[in-house]
Amino acid sequence: MSLKVDIRKDLGGFRLDVHFEAESGVTCLLGSSGCGKSMTLKCIAGIEKPDEGRIELDGRILYDSEKKIDLPPQQRRVGYLFQNYALFPNMTVRQNILCGLCRVKDRAEKEKRLREMVKMLQLEGLENHRPHQLSGGQQQRVALARILVSEPRLLLLDEPFSALDGHLRDALKIELRDLLVQFGGTVLMVTHDRTEAYNMAARIAVMDKGSVLTLRPTKELFADPGSVQAAVITGCKNIAAARRIDEHTVEVPEWGVRLETKQRVGDGLCAVGIRAHYFNVSAQQNRFPVRFVEEMEEPFETTLQFRFAAQRDDSPAVWWRLAKDRRPAEFPRELGVSPANILLLYE
Amino acid sequence: MSIDWYPLWNSLRIAAVSSVLVFFTGIFFAYYAARLPRAVKGVLDVVLTLPMVLPPTVCGYFLLLIFGVKRPLGILLLQFGVQFVMTWYGGILAASVVAFPLMYRTARGAFESFDKTLAYSGQTLGLSNTYIFWRIRMPACRQGILAGTVLAFARALGEYGATSMLIGYTPGRTATISTTVYQLWRTNDERGAMFWVLVNLAISTVVLLAVNMLESRHKKAVKR
Repeated sequence: MSLKVDIRKDLGGFRLDVHFEAESGVTCLLGSSGCGKSMTLKCIAGIEKPDEGRIELDGRILYDSEKKIDLPPQQRRVGYLFQNYALFPNMTVRQNILCGLCRVKDRAEKEKRLREMVKMLQLEGLENHRPHQLSGGQQQRVALARILVSEPRLLLLDEPFSALDGHLRDALKIELRDLLVQFGGTVLMVTHDRTEAYNMAARIAVMDKGSVLTLRPTKELFADPGSVQAAVITGCKNIAAARRIDEHTVEVPEWGVRLETKQRVGDGLCAVGIRAHYFNVSAQQNRFPVRFVEEMEEPFETTLQFRFAAQRDDSPAVWWRLAKDRRPAEFPRELGVSPANILLLYE
Repeated sequence: MSIDWYPLWNSLRIAAVSSVLVFFTGIFFAYYAARLPRAVKGVLDVVLTLPMVLPPTVCGYFLLLIFGVKRPLGILLLQFGVQFVMTWYGGILAASVVAFPLMYRTARGAFESFDKTLAYSGQTLGLSNTYIFWRIRMPACRQGILAGTVLAFARALGEYGATSMLIGYTPGRTATISTTVYQLWRTNDERGAMFWVLVNLAISTVVLLAVNMLESRHKKAVKR
């Protein structure tokens, strides 16, 4: 089970040039809005046409500009969950799900599969409701039922949680994750939310300005993003240009510090990143004098901004995030960070 | 006083037939114009909307230029026994041309505000484009299309300028309500003119009431 994508398309402002492969399980396209993630999904589904390239799903060619193959969306067997779920407003839940069964001709079979799907997604009793009578979570389940019942070979999810209220989101993440495991096939999800990507996906493809920078297992990517763009997208708040001094030392002129690293420093190093959570009052290594700048509180966490003693004036303040109950009463005079937590970023 | 009901009957059949014609052609052009490249769309849009802004007499003049019995197309059509000048069904042509932009523009507005993801999701589910058009797009654009049809019908029923240019006024043959009103008033039959004005008013009121009722019933159905 695999999806191979290699397409190019001119999008006016920039060029979409996407190349990646996705296996069974959930792969996430992570990138800021407008980077071409949704356009990529649309090209795979056949709603938009790339200028050139090739899309292959389980050995079946969906699109090939050289061989002049361009299957219509109806023949691609690609399920697409839209951001707004795109339920047909003039139809009931039952009719909506039946639309996913339009390829099945036998009536009894249709009815049987409809009932199975309604049961599986806990939609019993809602069959005759119309979409606008349902809650956001129920709408998502109906949209999924309609897609899954059509037995897609590939499932595309476009920002599946963006239409939901915050408190619903977490419950639905777990529900959807379990459902995707049951589905078992290849799933390609698009989001700009790194937490969502981390929650749902086994692998993450980082996208920026129309191309895939890297595709790696989720935990690996967050532990070692490897490039500035990937570090930014995975939520690293403190990034500064750096140069290699020796195998385990880098210099950050902007911050006026030399950092010891656990990882070996390679040649093409261009910057380092330190996640806001990684500063520590008690760390003994990479310990520097700091000066408090300002604080922004959240319900359970707080962000303290500070500057290194020798930091350049034009360099932005450094972020330190921690749980409120661990916040020291007085801002420490020195902060350290473990050498294992220095992210080495390359060109 | 015995009343000649011919103008009523003639007006109604002209309005009915031209609304049906305009319904389909308006939707057809609205749907395909939305998919054309921008430059072509702009030109087509102007041409298709022109009859709405031109004085109807000018439209009638153009129709005479094209379909006049001494013009090439008019002569050709005459070979098949079709003559739009001075016949009742010429009124259909005149009313359709004038009412068309109303249907076209309202339908286009409705299609443009249609949520495209509905059509896309239908396609990915395997539904045919025909099914999507009639069962998803049309119901979603129902209000706009209904409004366009009613406007077109009302416009066709009240058409005067192009109609009088193309088919004139012959009692019992080409007379419509609006041409009759003018004719009777011109010949100082004020009571007769007033009678047909009231008939016209009654029809228009009934049509608008019917639309409002349909709308409120639709809203209730959605709420339920």
